[in-house]
Amino acid sequence: MTSSLLKVDRVSRSFGSLEVLRDLSLEISAGEFVAIVGPSGSGKTTLLNLLSGYDTPTSGTITQSGVVRMVYQHDGLFPWKTAGENISMALRYLPDKAERGRQLAEMLTLIGLEGFADTYPHQLSGGMRQRVELARALAGKADTLLMDEPFSALDYLTRLRMRRELARLLRERPRTVVLVTHDIEEAAQLADRIIVLSERPAQIRCELTVNVPRPRQLTHPEVIETMQRLLVELGMTGGEGAPVTEEVSEGLGVGD
Amino acid sequence: MKQEILTPKLKMLSLLVVLVVVALWAVLFSKGFFPASSFPSPVQVVKGFGEEARSGRLFDDTVASLFRVSTGFGLAVFLGIPLGLWLGLKLSARAAFLPAVNFFRSLSPLAWIPFAILWFGIGDTPAIFLIFMTSFFPLVLATASAVASIPTVHFRVAQDYGFHGLEFLTQVTLPAIMPQVITGLRVTAGLSWVVVVAAEMIAGRDGLGFLIWDARNQLRPDLLVAGMIVIGVIGVVLDRLLVQLTLIPSVRWGYDK
Repeated sequence: MTSSLLKVDRVSRSFGSLEVLRDLSLEISAGEFVAIVGPSGSGKTTLLNLLSGYDTPTSGTITQSGVVRMVYQHDGLFPWKTAGENISMALRYLPDKAERGRQLAEMLTLIGLEGFADTYPHQLSGGMRQRVELARALAGKADTLLMDEPFSALDYLTRLRMRRELARLLRERPRTVVLVTHDIEEAAQLADRIIVLSERPAQIRCELTVNVPRPRQLTHPEVIETMQRLLVELGMTGGEGAPVTEEVSEGLGVGD
Repeated sequence: MKQEILTPKLKMLSLLVVLVVVALWAVLFSKGFFPASSFPSPVQVVKGFGEEARSGRLFDDTVASLFRVSTGFGLAVFLGIPLGLWLGLKLSARAAFLPAVNFFRSLSPLAWIPFAILWFGIGDTPAIFLIFMTSFFPLVLATASAVASIPTVHFRVAQDYGFHGLEFLTQVTLPAIMPQVITGLRVTAGLSWVVVVAAEMIAGRDGLGFLIWDARNQLRPDLLVAGMIVIGVIGVVLDRLLVQLTLIPSVRWGYDK
């Protein structure tokens, strides 16, 4: 594996006269968990679409290596395929049928849905569906997961559980992760590095790092401090009492 | 769709309704509200049914009608679904053909009867043509709109996991539209069965539509009603058969919501 798995070099993206991303640079190393947060409409999903290769930048370059998989908000599973068949889509490259079966069983065990191989997505709960979606993204030889607000369609408690689940799955199957979210709790609890985007046209407003091993308690002091900083950066507090240090002040980490 | 549980007791209710209707019918007959030449009694109908069944004519007419419907309907499925797929996938094709398809869908298929006779005479062909005209356009529309409404995320996932060409068609596009296409099949099969009766009355020399028209000409209202009952029962059976398609596990997602 190379040291930087995803490289965004001075990328801009406009849709007609609407400038969404401006001159954005970013490097993501193998094994890193990066969260991208920002105001809604700030181009988080546009950035993810560029990283996945689904969209191409107006200017600048994006370099990616390895297999990149996307995890969608909801309805990413094919409703006409069973949970097992959906996960097996990620194992299609394996020529040996027995090996595919073995790996599928392993993934189902990993997400705790052993008995659900033949169950269709519409018969599963929202949390179970997202677990199947994660299993599909993690199965086989994927290197990078791009996640577009993967838990936003779930209720709060399920979301908390899914975060713990994701941390656990990543310990079993380490991957590079780019998580787009508007949920600062999620970012602070999961990411090694959090990139805050500015209003449109989006640039990197600041970068925060969190040096606490996963899984993290939501109430861990550093998680809480990170959330506090994120609130400040997103302009959600008046700033009083917020422990904003110099390293996270505006502009740091911007590509140029 | 919630699964309704029909207990034997509830099922008996439908039988009760049938018995009441037959009883009312018998009363109307015995009171002589209508002349006996145009209003048969239930007993006469049962006798007429037996007569037609024994002579083999009822069977032959049923086979003739079913053959026409299955041929015309089969052709419409065979040509309509691929055309619908193409229209659904291609915006320019949709722009070009959809108004015309909509026009023919809105045109009553019975309006084609004069041309059906002028072009194809009397017999199987005009009926098959009319049934084709009945089911082809709605099937094209149902398929095209089903394809056009496939969520983008399905296409992205298909791309992520390397589905291309024929595999994309059989593993993604077709299963994604199946529930709506099956609904389209049920609707058009029902319409076809309705239209075959009209087609045979005018352009037939056999078939169930001709049977009831012939019964009228012979002033045999008992045979007419017997024919009507057979037509209705077959229509219900056809729909029940097509409902079985909605029970296929891989299409249930389209109905259980």
